[in-house]
Amino acid sequence: MKVLVAMSGGVDSSVAAALLCEQGHEVVGVTLRLWGGESDTGCCSVSDVDDARRVAQQLGIDHLVFNFTDDFHRDVVEPYVADHATGVTPNPCIECNRHLKFDRLFDRAEILGFDAVATGHHARIAADGSCLRVERGADPAKDQSYVVHMLDQSRLARTLFPVGHMTKSDVRHHAARLGLRTASKPDSQDVCFITSTKNEAGETGRSAFLRRRIELHPAEVVDESGQRLGSVESVELVTLGQRRGVAGGGGTKRFVVDVDVPGRRVTVGPEESLLVDHEIGTATTWSAGPYSGSVLVQCSAHGAPRSATIVSDDPNEVRVEWAKPERRISPGQSLVFYDPTDRFVLGGATTVASKISSATP
Amino acid sequence: MRAVTLCGVAERLIYLDHAATTPMRAEAVEAMRPYLTEVFANPSGSHRFARRARQAVDEARESIAATIGCDLGEIVFTSGGTESDNMAVRGSAESRAGRPVCTATEHHAVLHAVERLAGGVVRVGATGEVDLEHLESVLADGPVSSVSVMAVNNETGVIADLAAVSRIVRRRAPGAVVHTDAVQAACWIDLRTIWPHVDTLALSAHKFGGPKGVGVLAIRAGSNLAPLILGGGQERDRRSGTHNVAGIVSTATALALTDHERAAEVARVSAIREELFTRLASIEGLRRTVPATSSVPGVAHLCITGVESEALLYLLDEEGVCASSASACASGAMEPSHVLAAMGVGSDLARGSLRLSFGHTTTASEVADAADVIGRSVERVREATRRLGSSRN
Repeated sequence: MKVLVAMSGGVDSSVAAALLCEQGHEVVGVTLRLWGGESDTGCCSVSDVDDARRVAQQLGIDHLVFNFTDDFHRDVVEPYVADHATGVTPNPCIECNRHLKFDRLFDRAEILGFDAVATGHHARIAADGSCLRVERGADPAKDQSYVVHMLDQSRLARTLFPVGHMTKSDVRHHAARLGLRTASKPDSQDVCFITSTKNEAGETGRSAFLRRRIELHPAEVVDESGQRLGSVESVELVTLGQRRGVAGGGGTKRFVVDVDVPGRRVTVGPEESLLVDHEIGTATTWSAGPYSGSVLVQCSAHGAPRSATIVSDDPNEVRVEWAKPERRISPGQSLVFYDPTDRFVLGGATTVASKISSATP
Repeated sequence: MRAVTLCGVAERLIYLDHAATTPMRAEAVEAMRPYLTEVFANPSGSHRFARRARQAVDEARESIAATIGCDLGEIVFTSGGTESDNMAVRGSAESRAGRPVCTATEHHAVLHAVERLAGGVVRVGATGEVDLEHLESVLADGPVSSVSVMAVNNETGVIADLAAVSRIVRRRAPGAVVHTDAVQAACWIDLRTIWPHVDTLALSAHKFGGPKGVGVLAIRAGSNLAPLILGGGQERDRRSGTHNVAGIVSTATALALTDHERAAEVARVSAIREELFTRLASIEGLRRTVPATSSVPGVAHLCITGVESEALLYLLDEEGVCASSASACASGAMEPSHVLAAMGVGSDLARGSLRLSFGHTTTASEVADAADVIGRSVERVREATRRLGSSRN
């Protein structure tokens, strides 16, 4: 097969490329240039491109660089900024996979005559009867099925995850055995376009990044009775369910239970106030068609799955009914549905901000 | 198509990227050899051995001066076109008041140097011609240290009217250095027709069959330019550093040959370029970026609607055709062209830009083969795009 392998310059995609070569495929590596701005450890910094190219040279395969900065800006960065402005907590890595790696890159691969696209994600693709499933990666600590949950049958038929059946340490050993320069490179962390460089106000990270693009507003912090407890510097940076950085010590643990961006108000309360009996998800994707019934739901990259039942008569919107009251999920986060044995992905959705009444106290 | 051995693998290549670099002329390679082997002396030395190397540098200088039409004392050897451009812009800014000015379509070697000094940028028109009215108004906006207008644009091949630019600068900003980046001009335009209009002129040896790593800056006598590189005081204190003797000798050889063959090459390559456009005429949505009359024959620049050049270049590469679109950034990714943007070419059209550039080794049959490959590749992209479009609906 003619395979285009996305090489970030990290160890997983390096080994993915190496394995494809060992399997006898005709392999071409590509690094996506996604973020045109500054970056410290980002997935598209020049040193990472250099690493990817050097690995490709060692493997004896061609290496390309595609400039998708415009698409990345439009489909990932702009929504990321706009979401914060409205109190939504975006998941840019998932949107990058959805729009860039498994859409833009797929189309490009098709145009260039490749049979498949491969990445270094820790997930497995397996046949289940007549359909293909994304299964959890073999290394539970590194499983990335959550971030590739949006793949449908037509995509899955042309996707390869060569390292999905390996543990991270297997991957590193393999890279070391081949003498690849990325063998001991640290894993990438955090959002690739957010940097640790300081802005004029001496801020770093997300707040510095957002302050250059939108106005950030101070807000008051109140308890559920409306009594003022303190303030936060930027209401746009507060996430539902957050505990750190919001005022209100007291004897009990307090969580952010409501973020009202236009009202400049953050409400804190006890954990019980976060508990709900269901969530609503939109922008639903199904791996092999709509599903209703009992599922396990993962709500963050490495969160423990929760038992629930999907009730859905609209293919785009789902109602997720928790088996027991669960903490609310911040709007904008992904809900990924796994089969009840927690083996493979059924689909996913994005939580929406809705006035959900708390579960019965 | 020529057979080329790359890394031990024989590949069939049609090389149409001469504006990026052109193969060295055999004579230029041979000219280097004695100075890489027996005559290895440092020309700044004080012994007879050094004097032999010195003589080679002096003869090269004289030969190059003759092809530019300047005095040999006006030639400074540098490490390449980029250094020559930087020296003109930054050296002139350091030695006089005012800010540097350049056109919006300059090579980054000029543009980034001007931007770093918070200089002024002059607009260009739809076919890349300098907006002379805008030039006048930029010059009226405070003192100016230099005005840089490239003789031939590296992406589009557009030729600048340096006589007109020069007249305006002499009148509006008489103290300013008039600089031209003539890196892409050397193969196609008699440099003696450019030199009277400018004070400094930059060349890069590898664009005309010389080696990489050698450049020339001709500096008109009396123009005060501070050096960029300080040290042993070579090149009359204008550019320190031990002379690259073999490279300098080779550069002179290549430039003399280029100068000698220029008229014939212009006629030969012009015909090849027009033949290419005739063969490509059936491609729907293909737009020739600039007219033949306002560009050098060595560059064929075109844009194809709905065909991304990143994809097209890959398919061309797969069939052994080496071409380019705009410039590549440090990562190797193609960057949107600042030249096309300045000319007002929409980003949708600019995304489908393609530059084919020709040189002394280009043959008519290669270009005919390349035209076939381009037609086929465009069809492949469009067919796949249609397929993707229908599978979505």
